[in-house]
Amino acid sequence: MRYLPKSDSERRAMLDACGVASPEDLFAHLPEAVRLHRPLDLPPGISEYEIVDYFRRRAAENADGYASFLGAGVYRHYRPVLVDTVVSRGEFLTSYTPYQAEISQGTLTTIFEFQTMICQLTGMDVANASMYDGSTAVPEAAMMAARITGRHRALAARTVHPEYREVLRTYAKNQGMPVEEFGYARESGAVDLEDLERKIDDQTAAVIVQSPNFFGIIEDVKAAAEIAHRRGALLVMVFTEAVSLGILEPPAADIVAGELQSFAISPSYGGPYAGIIATRDPFVRQMPGRLVGQTVDTHGNRAFCLTLSTREQHIRREKATSNICTNQALIALMATVFMTVYGKEGLRELALQNLAKAHYLAENLKPAFSGKFFNEFVVRAGAPETVNKALLKRKIIGGLPLGRFYPELADAMLVCATEMSRRADMDELSQVLQSRAAAEVLA
Amino acid sequence: MIQKVRSHQSQNEALLFERSSPGKRAWQLPELDVPAVDAAGALGAANVRAEIEGFPEVSEVEAIRHFTRLSTWNYAIDYGMYPLGSCTMKYNPRINELVARIEGLAWAHPYQPEALAQGAMEVMVRLEAALAEITGMDAVTLQPAAGAQGELTGILLIRALLEKGGNPRQRILIPDSAHGTNPATAAIAGYTVENVKSTAAGVLDLEALARAVTKDVAALMVTNPNTLGVFEENITQAAEILHAKGAMLYMDGANMNALVGIARPGDFGVDVMHLNLHKTFSTPHGGGGPGAGPVAVKKALEPFLPVPRLKRVRGKWAYDFNRKRSIGRVRAFYGNFGVLVRALAYILAHGGPGLRNATVDAVLNAVYIRKRLEAHFDLPYPAPNMHEVVFSDERQAKSGIRTGDLAKRLIDYGFHPYTVSFPLIVHGALMIEPTETESKLEIDQFVAAMISIANEVETDPEMVKQAPHSTRTSRVDEVLAARKPVLRWKPA
Amino acid sequence: MYPENYRYTKEHEWVLAEGGIGTVGITHHAQEELGDIVYVDLPKPGTQVEQGKSLGSVESVKAVSDIFAPVSGEITEINPLLADAPEKLNEDPHGAAWLVKIRLSAPAQVPELMTAADYQTYIGAEK
Repeated sequence: MRYLPKSDSERRAMLDACGVASPEDLFAHLPEAVRLHRPLDLPPGISEYEIVDYFRRRAAENADGYASFLGAGVYRHYRPVLVDTVVSRGEFLTSYTPYQAEISQGTLTTIFEFQTMICQLTGMDVANASMYDGSTAVPEAAMMAARITGRHRALAARTVHPEYREVLRTYAKNQGMPVEEFGYARESGAVDLEDLERKIDDQTAAVIVQSPNFFGIIEDVKAAAEIAHRRGALLVMVFTEAVSLGILEPPAADIVAGELQSFAISPSYGGPYAGIIATRDPFVRQMPGRLVGQTVDTHGNRAFCLTLSTREQHIRREKATSNICTNQALIALMATVFMTVYGKEGLRELALQNLAKAHYLAENLKPAFSGKFFNEFVVRAGAPETVNKALLKRKIIGGLPLGRFYPELADAMLVCATEMSRRADMDELSQVLQSRAAAEVLA
Repeated sequence: MIQKVRSHQSQNEALLFERSSPGKRAWQLPELDVPAVDAAGALGAANVRAEIEGFPEVSEVEAIRHFTRLSTWNYAIDYGMYPLGSCTMKYNPRINELVARIEGLAWAHPYQPEALAQGAMEVMVRLEAALAEITGMDAVTLQPAAGAQGELTGILLIRALLEKGGNPRQRILIPDSAHGTNPATAAIAGYTVENVKSTAAGVLDLEALARAVTKDVAALMVTNPNTLGVFEENITQAAEILHAKGAMLYMDGANMNALVGIARPGDFGVDVMHLNLHKTFSTPHGGGGPGAGPVAVKKALEPFLPVPRLKRVRGKWAYDFNRKRSIGRVRAFYGNFGVLVRALAYILAHGGPGLRNATVDAVLNAVYIRKRLEAHFDLPYPAPNMHEVVFSDERQAKSGIRTGDLAKRLIDYGFHPYTVSFPLIVHGALMIEPTETESKLEIDQFVAAMISIANEVETDPEMVKQAPHSTRTSRVDEVLAARKPVLRWKPA
Repeated sequence: MYPENYRYTKEHEWVLAEGGIGTVGITHHAQEELGDIVYVDLPKPGTQVEQGKSLGSVESVKAVSDIFAPVSGEITEINPLLADAPEKLNEDPHGAAWLVKIRLSAPAQVPELMTAADYQTYIGAEK
């Protein structure tokens, strides 16, 4: 087998050195009862070419060559070619967690740069070296707020991504953290601040708001933060579309929990992605996840190392801030290269292109909400599943029908346009939606 | 002196921000085919940011040089062995990278219509089935993003089953040899942790276990082979003790590399376990992630698995969201699909017989290392080891040299250190796991390096204490980094 | 090394009781075992503490240790020195690097703790 670098004669020599007659004798000490006495019921190994063929056929069974207007937490953005060039280097791809600083300065330096750029983007003082994804960053941020405030309730806006809220509930349930939700205004699609006022109390640790929210609407995070702070709670801001930070003013949050998939991370049917948590200086010791810090070596040269490890599982064990062991280092590196390629001006330009494309589409489609939006919006579409069937015939994947998450919006879909969306496809989408709308009026 | 890897001193490089200069660019976007939009008008003037202060501006050439130079400061599997115990740092097959990037898989959106996601769903079903066969369990979820998350999922499943019976119970038992994620996970799942001591031979103490298992204990979390690399020979009896009191056996699958094709956890009493695809199943560590932590369960726990599940409906794959007993979601979407693709490619490449052969080689390599080094390093637990071996620094400690120092000196010989100071039941542990993808030559060089270091401890201990000497960076001041944390760059 | 007028606990804390206030710290032995101390986590003034329960923690790079209250009462003061200079705890654990002051709720607890001589015997036996 091509990954096993030993010849039979070498195996023989090693067995002899061990005083073992046959390879099976290596397992002789295992109790008979636990042994598997038959081969694994799996087909024999295949060649590289057959492996490629297998996955190519699977890929062909997926959508191929379709235009897509899906967003909803996962976005289609160009991936600069440099991203794969860099992460394909064996030194990055096949290296281990940088516990041994002397031989991991490559990884440590890029993580330090990553942490810096996330702070610059979000306006926060400190950022960690990434969480699994945006959805798990949310409960981690909520638990962090609970530790800081000493309180135990969380209030999440209904306009936070529905699957993120599901994950929050799964984690919160076992932490004795009741999660309540507050609604959105029917007209604007933004959070209902009065509902927040009604529901917040002196046991609320975190108010969780997403901006742009799941409907694509930009929230008044400052107003929500004021309400939170008046009651002694922390404001957790969530983002799923990182490109929006290229043009949007960073919000006045206490903790930011976000998803970086937009930064050159392939949609890849749902993962792997990279989340981040960023916060203000006073809260750094309550932050979960790996952190890289700057220091010096014995000769006084600048060097980087993992630090504040005492927050983490391998030391604090049952008192750890989280059980997380990984950071998404390679994924974070993709995002770092992306941010490097685009840089200060490029990220802004990219955001402006997204704004232009989505607002062009919105001119013909009439958004259902009046709130200001970035690159996604909700549009009424009669029977969204039927509309999407018609679109599929034209090799277009339409927006996400919202009925599965918001029963009150069963006649609506969430559409997203990015810098990759072509005018011709947007025109076709509009045409189909408008003609169906007309057909319904006539019916 | 044996040195098979050149030290990485050839490149110097500053931080991106120190290389940055206004107006430099590495990007170009196509011209807009729609009218441009005024940001203040569309977003509201107060929402528009001035600029991203401090963000770098570099050209494409500087970008590629920056990352290339930095990469040369890393050690990697592509350079040589990582003898890290319980990490299973095996070769990351390159075909896996290629297939994960095939467009129809890499660009698939998790919300695209099921009719257009059949290929992705088929991949997941195939992997679930393969992992179920390998572990001897009844059902598998691929949702957890990493081993630690898989562990949490597993404990939540146990909690859900016990809750259905009326009492989730309060405590989880963990051996004192366990990895730190185990107690952290139990705490996050809302259980209190109780340590169970190992016997003098380093395995589960059945008597201590029997005393500790009351009707208030939900589960025992065990790693098998344990963190000493020793098979828990009493595992079936342990399972019986637990089951008799209505408790369950959770297995941390970190050491599966010793068992694939040889023994199956489902056959020796395990109720639920997690796997680390980035260990046993070769997906790349990438400097610290991503991984994936599938969870395999026995039938009784299947109803509680995270939602959605995959099912066959009229000849096609479909998602079943109607799972009333499910513990819910542990993350958005379906799992780290890109990692799952790589793990399946690994399984396809080996096949059934190949997977077993890999296990045999993994164990042979570790037993060989033990044989060659036991004359030079103290071996605290003499039981037969499997895919890893644990020595202690007791002999070298007499000269004032600890396992951490030996590890740093190993770097000078061109190797990454082994796992230092773990498990905690061994004072000054050296935990060594070669994996099956190391050649005899590589292992012989490693052994020679370790023996040489053992000799250096006798002749020149101070030199060992100051190691490494050949790296670009000497030992870093971790105390300073923790006392005065500097966690981002700031302009002067 | 170990002041005669202090009292000591098995968990390596010391307390000096004067006029109803107990000044608390960790012993020289403790700081030696911990190594370079990087951070000290202390409760806020006003917090009620109970003898034997954790009131905070001391961190080195690789380890965290709980600080157990040697006596019960209310925290009146925490040492401002340690936030910026945790290394003082290595340098002068019995003096300038005291941790907290507690208004004693049960002064009788103090004489029941180990004397300097007992403590030295205790740590000698531990080795």
